[in-house]
Amino acid sequence: MFEYAPAPESRKLVTFQSSYGHFIGGKFTKPSNTYQTISPATEEILAEISTATAKDVDLAVAAARNAYEKVWSKLSGAERGKYLYRIARIIQERARELAIAETLNNGKPIKETRDADIPLVSAWFFYYAGWADKLDYAGLGVNPKAHGVAAQVIPWNFPLMMLAWKIAPALAAGNTVVLKPAETTPLTALLFAEICQQAGLPDGVVNIITGFGQSGADLIAHKDVNKVAFTGSTGVGRLIAKQVAGTNKKVTLELGGKAANIVFDDAPLDQAVEGIINGIFFNQGHVCCAGSRLLVQESIQDELLKKLKKRMETLKLGDPLDKNTDIGAINSKVQLDKITKLVKLGVKEGGEAWAPNCEIPKKGFWYAPTVITGVAPTNTVVREEIFGPVLSVLSFRTPAEAVAKANNTPFGLSAGIWSEKGSRILKVADQLNAGVIWANTFNQFDPASPFGGFKESGYGREGGRHGLLAYLKGDN
Amino acid sequence: MRLDIKKTYKLYIGGKFPRSESGHTFELASAKGEFVANVVLASRKDARDAVVAARAAQPGWESATAYNRGQILYRIAEMLEGRREQFVDEIRELTGSTEKAANQEVDAAIDSWVWHAGWSDKVDSVAGSMNPVAGPYFNISTNQPTGVVAAFAPQQSSLVGLVNTIAPIIVTGNTVVVVASELLPLSAITLTEVLATSDLPGGVVNVLTGKESDMAPWLASHQDVNAVDLEGTSDPVDLEIRAADTLKRVVRPGTFSRSAAKGSLQQILAFMEVKTVWHPKGH
Repeated sequence: MFEYAPAPESRKLVTFQSSYGHFIGGKFTKPSNTYQTISPATEEILAEISTATAKDVDLAVAAARNAYEKVWSKLSGAERGKYLYRIARIIQERARELAIAETLNNGKPIKETRDADIPLVSAWFFYYAGWADKLDYAGLGVNPKAHGVAAQVIPWNFPLMMLAWKIAPALAAGNTVVLKPAETTPLTALLFAEICQQAGLPDGVVNIITGFGQSGADLIAHKDVNKVAFTGSTGVGRLIAKQVAGTNKKVTLELGGKAANIVFDDAPLDQAVEGIINGIFFNQGHVCCAGSRLLVQESIQDELLKKLKKRMETLKLGDPLDKNTDIGAINSKVQLDKITKLVKLGVKEGGEAWAPNCEIPKKGFWYAPTVITGVAPTNTVVREEIFGPVLSVLSFRTPAEAVAKANNTPFGLSAGIWSEKGSRILKVADQLNAGVIWANTFNQFDPASPFGGFKESGYGREGGRHGLLAYLKGDN
Repeated sequence: MRLDIKKTYKLYIGGKFPRSESGHTFELASAKGEFVANVVLASRKDARDAVVAARAAQPGWESATAYNRGQILYRIAEMLEGRREQFVDEIRELTGSTEKAANQEVDAAIDSWVWHAGWSDKVDSVAGSMNPVAGPYFNISTNQPTGVVAAFAPQQSSLVGLVNTIAPIIVTGNTVVVVASELLPLSAITLTEVLATSDLPGGVVNVLTGKESDMAPWLASHQDVNAVDLEGTSDPVDLEIRAADTLKRVVRPGTFSRSAAKGSLQQILAFMEVKTVWHPKGH
């Protein structure tokens, strides 16, 4: 086994202010009710962040309404698109800075923020920029209308990418937005506010408020909001679905998952192992579409698990800013405690947990990549979303059994299929109740490709023409 | 003189015509206030039985070819045309409308079946896509039925509103439990006789009569229902809250017009899920 010399990315490109207010009407407010945001890898304090009160929410929604009525709704689609192209370009120019900032505040490896998160952010703006003057072709008839003010609440696992998924289609369709990033990862959203200023985006078209769950709840409940978009847990998604009952608010929800990654006996095993690793250990498993349930055909189970464990022993856990790091920090103490508790429960219920022998840093929040075998479909670790680097393993004998087990969940966000047989892949893909299916690959994302779930994984799609529809209304 | 034979109006569940397990009925009055029939007051148990039947029928109906589903919907239009007079009579009896108006409603209902039939093999051509992702991947988005839908037909319509509730749900492979208009249920019951003779597999459409408020809370919170169409409900806010527990897809009342001889593609898509499949391109 090779040892790697440390290869840390320089932090010099990034400067955070010591404290941040909200970004409302094109300006930052004076910081108030602040809390500290940290680097989960070192517990270093990065900045002081404001907590939005109901009054701050009011001001932000009013700024968005004003910008919608007076400026944004009067602009042609072509001109709106040009602002989005500008934003896409500035993100490309500041890509490395944003990647470092994201890694610092989230804990995910720099190779992921540099090669996946931030490139997708600019791609998302570039893609939807091109839709802004083509809304007549969206599929809702000619001259579809924007909803007005969109309230958007996003999670901490892909902070800037989730912002792009929300803001780019909303603006292209002609809405203005108030967005709240997750409490643990507000910094790249606040850098994005600066990017809006650099792009000369009219004041109030994008407003960013920071804070905890209550700030998000106040935003979604606000009377002058026309459209709600949320990505996060199924539990909060339920609350939102209840809260908007009886209103005219249009809602899209992108919630939890418990994806099956199905490996058939004719799969290319080495590729499948890479896919399983990517499926569950990408972003420390903090991925709603993570392949957290490995379903392996019985005849190849022993061989596959042997290869998988061997590969897991080569994963490098540690400094997220190091370019060789595969597994970074868990985003928060709260999440670490949740993962720890669920794995303990899995073992208590009869599962056998295995992790490679890797050194855990003394400071920060860390969890070694873990595989749990000897579990049944009824075990907690097989049923509940862990949102961490923990893979549960089940076996099957026939394709019908694989499909039945894969669909045996209230979730339906994603699934994986590994097989060299095309007709089998197509049939199984037809039968799986999941919104995104990766065959002989996993965790691929693209702005042209719709993403979103069946059943309790939420409703609506993000990405592609379908993602645009969430922000438009036509004549029914 | 000869005494005519009165019809016993029953439920339609799983392709059969059961009475309510509760044994409850209510007296239906004509527009003139005269007794018409004792109509079944379906219970929540009947509603649950109907969901079980709809779930059992769903995979088979979804896996039927789109061509086959389209022909069956067209067959429903044929059967309905053949029994037009009965529908006209029943609509007039309950609503007191003119013969012309009743005929127009039946016309619209028949034409709407034909309009919906044609969509079965076109939805994906119009609402699906091949997506040009930035990498060597084949990437396709198709639309799949959401599963089992509980629907509440509009209260003010005898037939066309009911057809414009059922057809957009089933054309793509969903199955439905539909609660008929409380005071105008005769067309719904007679329609089940049309459905039963149109090669439509049992359980694809299940029809309940009675009080909407007796059944709606149970259907909205039922864990094996994937979507609810709340058009004909009296307390849609409460039902939307109940539906949120399992994150059902919800169509709020008034979202779609249901009186025309055609529906809307958006209404069909409200009961579908976009599925995107990726596969590497290599060799």
